[in-house]
Amino acid sequence: MAAPSRIRNFSIIAHIDHGKSTLADRLLERTGAISERDMRAQVLDEMDLERERGITIKANAVRLDYVADSGDAYQMNLIDTPGHVDFSYEVSRSLEACEGAVLVVDASQGVEAQTLANAYLAIEGGLEVIPVVNKIDLPAADPDRAAEELAGVLGGTADEVIRVSAKTGEGIDDLLEAIVERLPAPEGDEHAPLRALVFDSFYDTYRGVVSHVRIVDGSMSKMDGVRFMATGLDVDADELGIRRPATEAIDRLSTGEVGYLITGVKEIDLIRVGDTVTHTDRPTTEALPGYQEPKPMVFSGLFPTDGDEFERLREALDKLRLNDSSLVYRAETSRALGFGFRVGFLGLLHMEIVRERLEREYGLDLVTTAPSVAYRANLVTGEQVPVRSPQDLPDAAALSSIEEPYVKVMIITPSDYIGTVMELVQQRRGEMGEMTYLSPERAELHYQMPLAEIVFDFFDQLKSRTRGYASLDYEPDDYRISDLVRVNILLNGVPVDAFSTIVHKEKAYTYGKAMVSRLRELIPRQLFDVPVQAAIGSRIISRETIKAQRKDVTAKCYGGDITRKRKLLERQKEGKRRMKMVGQVEVPQEAFVAALKLDM
Amino acid sequence: MNPDSPALAEKATSWRSVYVHVPFCARRCPYCDFAVVAADEPGGGDTERYVDALIAEMELEAAPFVADAVNFGGGTPTRFSAAQLQRVVSVMNARFGIAGDAEISIEANPEDWSSSYAEELRAAGFNRVSFGAQSFDTDVLHELGRRHTPEQGAQAVVDARTAGFSTVNIDLIYGAAIESDRSWRTTVHRAIALEPDHLSAYALTVEGGTALSRSVLAGAPAPDPDTQADRYECLADAARAAGLVRYEISNWSTSGHACRYNLSTWMMGEFLAFGTGAHDHRNGARSRNVRRLDAYLERVERGERPRSGSEHLGEFERERERFMVGLRLAAGVEPGVIGSAFLASADGRRLLDAGVIGLSDGRVVVDKPLLTDLVARSVLSVSPGDC
Repeated sequence: MAAPSRIRNFSIIAHIDHGKSTLADRLLERTGAISERDMRAQVLDEMDLERERGITIKANAVRLDYVADSGDAYQMNLIDTPGHVDFSYEVSRSLEACEGAVLVVDASQGVEAQTLANAYLAIEGGLEVIPVVNKIDLPAADPDRAAEELAGVLGGTADEVIRVSAKTGEGIDDLLEAIVERLPAPEGDEHAPLRALVFDSFYDTYRGVVSHVRIVDGSMSKMDGVRFMATGLDVDADELGIRRPATEAIDRLSTGEVGYLITGVKEIDLIRVGDTVTHTDRPTTEALPGYQEPKPMVFSGLFPTDGDEFERLREALDKLRLNDSSLVYRAETSRALGFGFRVGFLGLLHMEIVRERLEREYGLDLVTTAPSVAYRANLVTGEQVPVRSPQDLPDAAALSSIEEPYVKVMIITPSDYIGTVMELVQQRRGEMGEMTYLSPERAELHYQMPLAEIVFDFFDQLKSRTRGYASLDYEPDDYRISDLVRVNILLNGVPVDAFSTIVHKEKAYTYGKAMVSRLRELIPRQLFDVPVQAAIGSRIISRETIKAQRKDVTAKCYGGDITRKRKLLERQKEGKRRMKMVGQVEVPQEAFVAALKLDM
Repeated sequence: MNPDSPALAEKATSWRSVYVHVPFCARRCPYCDFAVVAADEPGGGDTERYVDALIAEMELEAAPFVADAVNFGGGTPTRFSAAQLQRVVSVMNARFGIAGDAEISIEANPEDWSSSYAEELRAAGFNRVSFGAQSFDTDVLHELGRRHTPEQGAQAVVDARTAGFSTVNIDLIYGAAIESDRSWRTTVHRAIALEPDHLSAYALTVEGGTALSRSVLAGAPAPDPDTQADRYECLADAARAAGLVRYEISNWSTSGHACRYNLSTWMMGEFLAFGTGAHDHRNGARSRNVRRLDAYLERVERGERPRSGSEHLGEFERERERFMVGLRLAAGVEPGVIGSAFLASADGRRLLDAGVIGLSDGRVVVDKPLLTDLVARSVLSVSPGDC
């Protein structure tokens, strides 16, 4: 237990690949939290997916003990945060538990759009920001330029920027001292009734719900009776602890400290991220300001390949939601795919990760439909209805207009690529806002764009056209009326709801043509000719035919061959498993997300 | 009996046959994945030692087993001299018994054939010959690695007739890269003009580990399934017009000339098998011999069965195999419990609706024989619980 004045709670904010996880590794090592022998890269990224992709998805909190140059001992709580734009919600949650943030920028890359967006988030949240230039050991590093840029956007001087190499360890001591000196100690009333913020929680199969908490006022001891204010749940604090990063149970968490809380609760809906924990016998009257509900940006259908797995999918989503409160879903029925869920995601990476976790951690075999944004339909009656799935779109006769969500986009790019970026944004219906130069070589461009134009492959396109140099961030803006139509896809003359998409009228023809030809490639030949058509209403805009399969036979079969032939057929049958029957047509899973990878 | 009659197919279930594998070949054809030894490979010249081994292996098999059909396959059985073949047949007859009306068949390469050789084989008891003609186009024969000319192919058929073989078969292969529609039509017409009693035509298939598979992996064109379907239909039409009846996916014959050996293996009949890589089926078990010539010789010469493995089928597997293999026959197959469950399944109904399969006098018949594997895979989805 430490006095609040000796506690420093901070996050690290960085763009992907700017070295956040390596910097965290180095801080752990330097403070003795982990020996060099036990060191492995990305210590805090525990999920297999995180390590494989080299990204951080989940926030994580770890306690470090540091003796400053002054001789005083400090307790530091490092709250790790994700770097991808899809997960800015997780970032804001982590920041709520901190007084300061370490803003890391790659010395060879400079400031990126997302870093900046997260830095603004921190500043708006009243956090003290320590600017850091990392990777100063790289031959291509230009620490001075990066420091100038950082100082420019944060409104300080280049001298305040700390220069480190997380790889070699250079400058790490300066950073630790700066954390002690520049970041404020937590404020809070040690004697007031307990108020603890749940800033993250996850489900552990053996222990139930584990919550990460930050004690704002008062203190919490093991076996205290505690109340989760939002749900009114009264339970005992069975276990309190911290991570160093190895888990360590402790008896008490006091004002300003960060740790975990286990109550034995297994019901995943009862403990919400953003809730306030207080004592049952001496409750606070005022809950901490909760978090804003995260707003899903894209929606997609998730259906079990095997219809009997619907309930298992529901359970898996319920469990995932505990680790990921940004996940929203409702049951949905598709004529083509049966029972499933319409799931809201923060972005495409988030969608990919959720699907992958459902398949890996829960052993589900899923069909995902092409993502869509949340439209609004204005009816002739004057009523407005939400359209989270193309099937929700009312008939043309009942429809007066359709609105789509716009986003404010910030792109930071080397000046050489400004023309390229402008061209791309224009193709995607973007409207130019202001443009400012961060330095003569780099510019910050602002746009307003339909979200639907971004969620598919905009980021990949931006990266490839600027040779990886441009970076992107966006935040929700308003809704606008657009000239949108629903393109239906008919297989064998029957519309397949799961293939419908809402697109801008001017792009409908190109889209229909590209989609039809992609489906013709993806869907294997069937017992009969299968026409694939794209239509707007009753008007067919494109058509191709998947010719009937004619030959599927082992021409020669003799006595000795029979066992071998059967084994071959069994292997082939296994390969055909991941198909979904849509009417009379067998459709592979990739076909349902074909819209994501169209060449148009 | 008509080759495609259900009565004939059912009769075949009680036939017993004996297979003898002769692995020797002048050289290895690029598409072939059978157990063969080319003349320039180790042991490729020592046919006499192999004949001794075959005879020794027969001594290790339980007798009697009176054969209704005997088949010498390969490899190239005609790499054996007539005397060697006669020796094997007479030992077989002495040990197991060969029925008086048995079909005694041999696969032959046209370049090995002559009128005198034909007469010697007749004297040894052979009454059926199957020529690996494959094509009557010189370029296609060259691509397939065959050593004979179209003329040798035709002459062999004539010589076999003269010698008094009661059934002459012509084997063809369609779908080689160099083959054109026109070339195939010519092959079909020349084959039919020879008035064979029996015709077999197989789609060229890329088997793993063959020279053909290596060249396809390296970028050579693989046989195109649609082209092969066209070729098949071309042959089927011509054969029908010539009075040949299709009784299995790839086999046609005139009345009374359906191949007994093949019918019995497709109808779950019992058969013995001798030689490298040979598979038998007896007392509910399927066993196989080692494929390598040296291993086979060593084992047999030590007085051991040269087995490399065997599989004893359970009741369900056995019934499923009967149904699946039976689907290959034009006569169709009695559905039994598995076939009935299959017909009632979603897959079964879909295949019925699409006209891929049909019912004829209570038997399940594949009406689109080129889709038989697709049907068979669906049958594999039937589990014991469905029956």
